[in-house]
Amino acid sequence: MADVKFIVDGKQLTAPAGTLLIDACKSSGIEIPAFCYYPGLSLQAACRMCVVRIEKMPKLQTACTTPVTEGMVVATETPEIAQARKATLQLLLGNHPLDCPVCDAGGECELQDMTFKYGAADSFYAEPKNHREEQKWSPVVYFDRPRCILCYRCVRMCGEGMDVFALGIQNRGSSSVIAPNIPAELSPDHLAHVDCEQCGMCIDACPVGALTSGTYRYKTRPWEMNHVGTVCTHCGDGCKTTLGVRSTSDGSEIVRGDNRDKSGINGDFLCNKGRYAFDFANNENRITQPLVRQPNGELKPVSWEVALDYVGKELRQRRDARGGKSIGVIGSNRITNEEAYLLQKFARTVLGTNNIDHHRTADYVSFAQALAGQKDRTASLRDTLTAPAILIVGGDPTIQAPGTAWNIRTNVRNNRGRLYVANSAEIKLRRQAKSFLRLAPFGYSAFASYLAGNAASASEAATDINALSTFRDTIKAEEKLLILIGSELRGQDLKALIDFGLTIPGAKFALISDYANSRGAADMGLLPDMLPGYTPLAGNTTFAEYDTPSAPGLDLLEIFEAAGKGELSALYVVGSNPVTRYGIDPESLKDTFVVVQEMFLTETAALADVILPAANLYEKSGSVTNSYGDLQLVKKAGDRAGVRSDFEMIVRIADKMGANMQALVPFGKGTRADMGQSRGAQSGEADRHSVWLTANNLEPKLSPFDPFAILDEIQRLVPGYNLLRLQLLSGNDQHLQPAAPAPLVQVGSRRDLVLPANDSLFTSGTLGRYSTMLSDLQHNESLRPPTGLTQIETAAD
Amino acid sequence: MPTLVSHPDEVRVLSRRFGQGAANIDKYIELDGYKAVQNAIAQGPEKMAGWIIDVMKASGLRGRGGAGFPTGMKWSFVPKTSEKPKYVLVNGDESEPGTCKDHVIFLEDPHAVIEGTMIAGLAIGSKLGFIYLRGEYRYLLKIVEKAVADAYAKGFLGKNIFGSGIDFDVITQTGAGAYEVGEESALMESLEGKRGVPRIKPPFPAVVGLYGGPTVINNAETIASAPHILLMGGEAYAKLGSERNGGTRLFGISGHVERPGVYELPMGYNLKRAIYEVAGGIKDGKKLKAVVPGGASCPVLTADEIDVGLDFDQMGKAGTMLGSGGIVVLDETVSIVEFALRTISFYQHESCGWCIPCREGTDWIKKTLTRVYNGGGSKKDVDNVQYLAENMMGRTFCPLGDAAAMPTLGFVKKFRKEFEDYIAGQKAGTPIITVEQLVGAGH
Repeated sequence: MADVKFIVDGKQLTAPAGTLLIDACKSSGIEIPAFCYYPGLSLQAACRMCVVRIEKMPKLQTACTTPVTEGMVVATETPEIAQARKATLQLLLGNHPLDCPVCDAGGECELQDMTFKYGAADSFYAEPKNHREEQKWSPVVYFDRPRCILCYRCVRMCGEGMDVFALGIQNRGSSSVIAPNIPAELSPDHLAHVDCEQCGMCIDACPVGALTSGTYRYKTRPWEMNHVGTVCTHCGDGCKTTLGVRSTSDGSEIVRGDNRDKSGINGDFLCNKGRYAFDFANNENRITQPLVRQPNGELKPVSWEVALDYVGKELRQRRDARGGKSIGVIGSNRITNEEAYLLQKFARTVLGTNNIDHHRTADYVSFAQALAGQKDRTASLRDTLTAPAILIVGGDPTIQAPGTAWNIRTNVRNNRGRLYVANSAEIKLRRQAKSFLRLAPFGYSAFASYLAGNAASASEAATDINALSTFRDTIKAEEKLLILIGSELRGQDLKALIDFGLTIPGAKFALISDYANSRGAADMGLLPDMLPGYTPLAGNTTFAEYDTPSAPGLDLLEIFEAAGKGELSALYVVGSNPVTRYGIDPESLKDTFVVVQEMFLTETAALADVILPAANLYEKSGSVTNSYGDLQLVKKAGDRAGVRSDFEMIVRIADKMGANMQALVPFGKGTRADMGQSRGAQSGEADRHSVWLTANNLEPKLSPFDPFAILDEIQRLVPGYNLLRLQLLSGNDQHLQPAAPAPLVQVGSRRDLVLPANDSLFTSGTLGRYSTMLSDLQHNESLRPPTGLTQIETAAD
Repeated sequence: MPTLVSHPDEVRVLSRRFGQGAANIDKYIELDGYKAVQNAIAQGPEKMAGWIIDVMKASGLRGRGGAGFPTGMKWSFVPKTSEKPKYVLVNGDESEPGTCKDHVIFLEDPHAVIEGTMIAGLAIGSKLGFIYLRGEYRYLLKIVEKAVADAYAKGFLGKNIFGSGIDFDVITQTGAGAYEVGEESALMESLEGKRGVPRIKPPFPAVVGLYGGPTVINNAETIASAPHILLMGGEAYAKLGSERNGGTRLFGISGHVERPGVYELPMGYNLKRAIYEVAGGIKDGKKLKAVVPGGASCPVLTADEIDVGLDFDQMGKAGTMLGSGGIVVLDETVSIVEFALRTISFYQHESCGWCIPCREGTDWIKKTLTRVYNGGGSKKDVDNVQYLAENMMGRTFCPLGDAAAMPTLGFVKKFRKEFEDYIAGQKAGTPIITVEQLVGAGH
């Protein structure tokens, strides 16, 4: 819309016509207070705090409902306005318990801030305040009625923002009260509950301490914590979560997760896992000492030096005796890019093996293959908020990637985005969809084939053939379509779908995976047949300085098959639990030396000869790449005495094996000293790095334990990871184009190893089992009333 | 059922069928019923809408719900073409204390409401009208429903009304018992099956109303006046009233008068005369103390302020409002402290709770006045009540906040001495009741 000029507090301002006055003022640095206004949600005009004086208007007007118009003259802070706001605050405080000294919101409370500003400290009332006892609506949501100022942000957040509608208003007038969707009289335990996705967005939106978090309440005060903005470890969206950290006797304890400054890739949103499920870090069953299996079969705590010596010696002996081919390495979806890169480099250059893989939750290999050579065809998470049209094929973002689902809902609601959903299940996002196509069970392959032009696949793709063809024609007519693909589509199917999408002008693609760094694990080459950036093992020049075996290695299942045949001398598992995930027979590992880096005694760790206690993603620094290819920085928040980061452990083990450390991690001035005169392959490698550093105005890192030394190498060598340091270090996400070098390995040459995690909203792989809060939420689910009262929709899996 | 009253000063336009059994459709037809709508249709499809609106504009009819917005102008605001259906909505949520005029219309002349609804529909190009009765008027619903059914049976409603080629339907609905839904947008929310809370304006109902369609919403009396106006002509109707206040209206005179009841008087009729002549003066020869002139939300007039004409403009000048025409007369025996408490208790009970000033303000005024009334007051309480009311005025989401604040301000400003004397008198002898005793611990 065209810009209009108007005057606020004597200042000439400009904003697009139709902009709400409160927003127009905010973007010009004039803050108008409001309790009920929440950008992106429907307008309420209920709190009357944003009243301003507009010339030619008889009464004070609410800035949250007034669009700016040409020539408007506004005053936002006059004695009259200050008095109106003060009076409103006095009324609110009349029934407010003023228990700020114990309230969780104390220090972060909008009512407190406003009272401080307008000085409504005097009370005229002699009558007792209205009081109601606090209610526990779920393990994570508590409600303190007396503190509630009835701004209805929670109600709108839950209904409009989340499409859950678990909250409403009961009674009227001064008896009005926010009420959850399961009233006490219908509840098995005769207490009111919320039956919902437990995202905690209501708590986030609450301007006061009426809604508080079950994980955080009464634990500490906001000013007693350090607040560390990092990336959530749980799903592939990579939302920013701010962890509140407090010192304890054995490190730094995470006491809160929230979306503190809303500056991240997730905007306003954070789901239950990002908000509450940090507590695995504080789980009492955590391993904090290296454990080594004794001849009698027991695991005995040993010192780090003893453990690392032992691992280094054993791995070296087995490599030297039986060759690198006899060693398998399994990486993780939750380690940093630097760790994943280092792990594959360690496997390939120190252990001398390509037997490296990870739990794949989506087929990024085929995705990269299908988009090879294309520019600007991959979508970032932020694109889901603004794309004019979105097609979701497979997957269930509401459960699998709640941040994506939030963005899509917001896009449909506020930006009039058109959503198309094709799924074999009635996923919840169909409620926002312009068109929902019910695919036949296992109909994704046929659907992709049908889109690619194979009319014969129609009957296999969907039962309603007319709906199918209408759906195809509609999406074909779209422009700038964002195609969001679930893990159901792999290999040739994925390629067929992408090939179809490439015929749509401006179409972009994203492939949804399940964990914080599932994409990074694939990008960083935790694959038996590809180097980082999906680069072929043989014939590539990029990684020529690597001394790697050229034959493809064993994939994850082949590694265990080899173990079962007695062909695997050693298995090195970093942050993964393949024994449970793939149903491995524990017996198959009895002749293999198994080293596991883990936080807990998982089913895999329980079979290990050596268990090295690992730090989790919240306890280290580095970078991760989300499902979309958005790179972000993770920062160390928590700390636990006794544990080490995977990065540090890999480096130490390599050192104990006698590896050339500077070849593994380019650090220190030493990389520069040789200047290539010795002409050895290794010196050449060091030189190239040094030259690159100089060209990029970077210094060599001083420590082999500095993940940024590897980040330098990732940036230098991994196609697609040409990142911007300033963006990364300032905590912003940056979208990376997929690696698309020369000929990639043929799609379909390997077997399909994608295994979706099928996590619910209240599970998160093995890690989730150690989150007390997620367990409580699962238990809470089982407390639903027996009748089908407001059932949340869940995925079909 | 109430007995009808009459007085020679009455000008019976709207009430001319009262007491004649016009709820019966045949009787209604006999008394010129459904002629006005046929007259309108006779103008032809091209001219009909413009003709109706011109007559209504000429009549000077102003909304009888209380706001006094010119009806013809309101109807002319509805867009000619609309993608969404247009609606006519009859506001029969008569809830203002002291007001009982729509009640008599529904009882005595329900077809006038139906015919008026049809006329409004023809004026704006709507095919569907709703008659919304307050929840407490459920006992009137069967009368109105029967009238609607009779009109359908005669073919007056439904397809092709009076051979015009136009379809028009009427649906009746009652509320669930909330004063708040008398506010037009809250009524629409209620009718749509939602919580009865008002909507943000703009957009106004004429553009975005019921179910998002352009909607004309009028008070039942306004709608019922339309057939009479079309029959007698706009100018003739206008002449009955005062300047810029066309016609007549129903006044419900209640309280301490000899002959309480609903009277139809010309706009501009003198209030003093209405009380002393029409309603027969103060009951039992007592002295007049105060008058609440237009429903409980209008600021009170003292005994020496009542020599004023009953129309929107003159009452405004007198510092009060014509409102809904419910005149409540208070004699010398009335305690203004108690009356103020009763008034605010109503608004406290009926506040929807949407916005802070009304929700909390009515509650604290009520609590404070309760304590004052029960003997626990202090002089400061009167200041506090005034401060609360002043800070509610003009700050609330909908007019209910003003409706609660205005009378309260009137009472404490005009009768401040009575409050202070009451407090002083109580203090002397009566023991001070504790707050807990008054409102109950843990309220």
